[in-house]
Amino acid sequence: MAYSEEVLDHYENPRNVGKMDDSDSHVGTGMVGAPACGDVMRLQIKVSDEGVIEDAKFKTYGCGSAIASSSLVTEWVKGMTLDQAAQLKNTEISQELALPPVKIHCSVLAEDAIKAAVADYRNKNT
Amino acid sequence: MKLPIYLDYSATTPMDPRVAEKMAQCLTLEGNFGNPASRSHMFGWKAEEAVEIARRQVADLLNCDPREIVWTSGATESDNLAIKGVAHFYSKKGKHIITSKIEHKAVLDTCRQLEREGFEVTYLDPQPNGVVTPESVQQALREDTILVSIMQVNNEIGVINDIEAIGEITRANKVLFHVDAAQSAGKLNIDLERLKVDLMSFSAHKVYGPKGIGALYVCRKPRVRLEAQMHGGGHERGMRSGTLATHQIVGMGEAFALAKAEMHDENRKLMALRKRLWDGVSDLEQVFCNGDFDQRVPGNMNISFNFVEGESLLMALKDLAVSSGSACTSASLEPSYVLRALGMNDEMAHSSIRFAIGRFSTEEEVDFAIDKVRTAVNKLRELSPLWDMYKDGVDLEKVEWVSH
Repeated sequence: MAYSEEVLDHYENPRNVGKMDDSDSHVGTGMVGAPACGDVMRLQIKVSDEGVIEDAKFKTYGCGSAIASSSLVTEWVKGMTLDQAAQLKNTEISQELALPPVKIHCSVLAEDAIKAAVADYRNKNT
Repeated sequence: MKLPIYLDYSATTPMDPRVAEKMAQCLTLEGNFGNPASRSHMFGWKAEEAVEIARRQVADLLNCDPREIVWTSGATESDNLAIKGVAHFYSKKGKHIITSKIEHKAVLDTCRQLEREGFEVTYLDPQPNGVVTPESVQQALREDTILVSIMQVNNEIGVINDIEAIGEITRANKVLFHVDAAQSAGKLNIDLERLKVDLMSFSAHKVYGPKGIGALYVCRKPRVRLEAQMHGGGHERGMRSGTLATHQIVGMGEAFALAKAEMHDENRKLMALRKRLWDGVSDLEQVFCNGDFDQRVPGNMNISFNFVEGESLLMALKDLAVSSGSACTSASLEPSYVLRALGMNDEMAHSSIRFAIGRFSTEEEVDFAIDKVRTAVNKLRELSPLWDMYKDGVDLEKVEWVSH
């Protein structure tokens, strides 16, 4: 299968790979997917007291498109407010990466991951 | 060294240049282009002679009578002719067929078709090491069983079945035995004089011959009858009509003759290369050989790299032509049915790669492959949350995953 330039770029040079301390109250973690389905994403955000995402990290087990989708999302959400991040749409991701129809689920998973991270942060801080 | 490196010899092999040369002599006006069925002139006689020499070359590798070799278009057609041919001819005797879950699709889909026609098929489970045991065949036999079809070597994991023992059981029970030998011919010693096999399928392009030609061995003693699937001029004793493709047949004959002459040395070389490959990657943690480690053909190594997803691994190995046990082409991944039948869980099946080395593989190529694999696996594990969790001592089986 041919991959787009964008997917290859993120796959070859993934941005913001890493792990944050889950017990830190400023950190929200979203983990979605299942190994049996072939992809698992863990996306983490660090949120300032003003509710702005200061940093984001990810690790992904999955195909190149899944890795690229999560890498892209960590780039995008930095500097966003929680509300903005929670409104991110999978269609924006799949458009940016020029994902073929069979890989759309990778972008859906990335959207689910950022939503889960925001929800986790809010859960921790209420 | 030319990139990408071909490590997919189980899918197909490049033709041996010596084979290509022989074939080229059977094409043009100056060459041996005649129709082997033409009885009235020299062109036909010469073509027929070439075809019969090739038939003997194939029979020689397998130690059978040349009259027991029927030319087909490949192993898929041979499988179809053997299974449907027997089922239709002997349907009054019984309606039950036994095969295994890890057969090639040419066998499995043929059996499915026969089920639609009213036959009953038992699909045997292999052992976790990929072997289909003679005992499981024995236990599945019924009064109305007419045919057992078991492959000699599996195409994905390279594991060898004991067809000699299975043949003893089928012959004693007066049941016909078909063996798909597409992956074993030219790799293992096959002695059809001794083996109690009634039908055996072969392909040329897995043995450095051309694509589009194969053969079916049809035992004469005891005599096996088949209902033809292709009707026409009554070629090949009525079992398979169609003008014989002299150049293809000559190519297959030459390829099988080369295999007979060189198989022994070649296997030794392939064993050494395979060991080199395994030694080069197996010290990475959580690396597993799929299928029995020893009971396999020399060129095959099927390896799972736990916590690394197969498609991303293939992407990182773009300089290697290998195949993966996972086909991620739809929203839900489809892991290999062979690996699944061994009882392997989906994630391990997704992380598997088949390395198939062959006649033209070199140490340099294997070393290059080892280096690429090590780099890719380490990189992807750095990216993998599952690897993190494994390193933290989390039992992944106990995690509640949110499936999608």
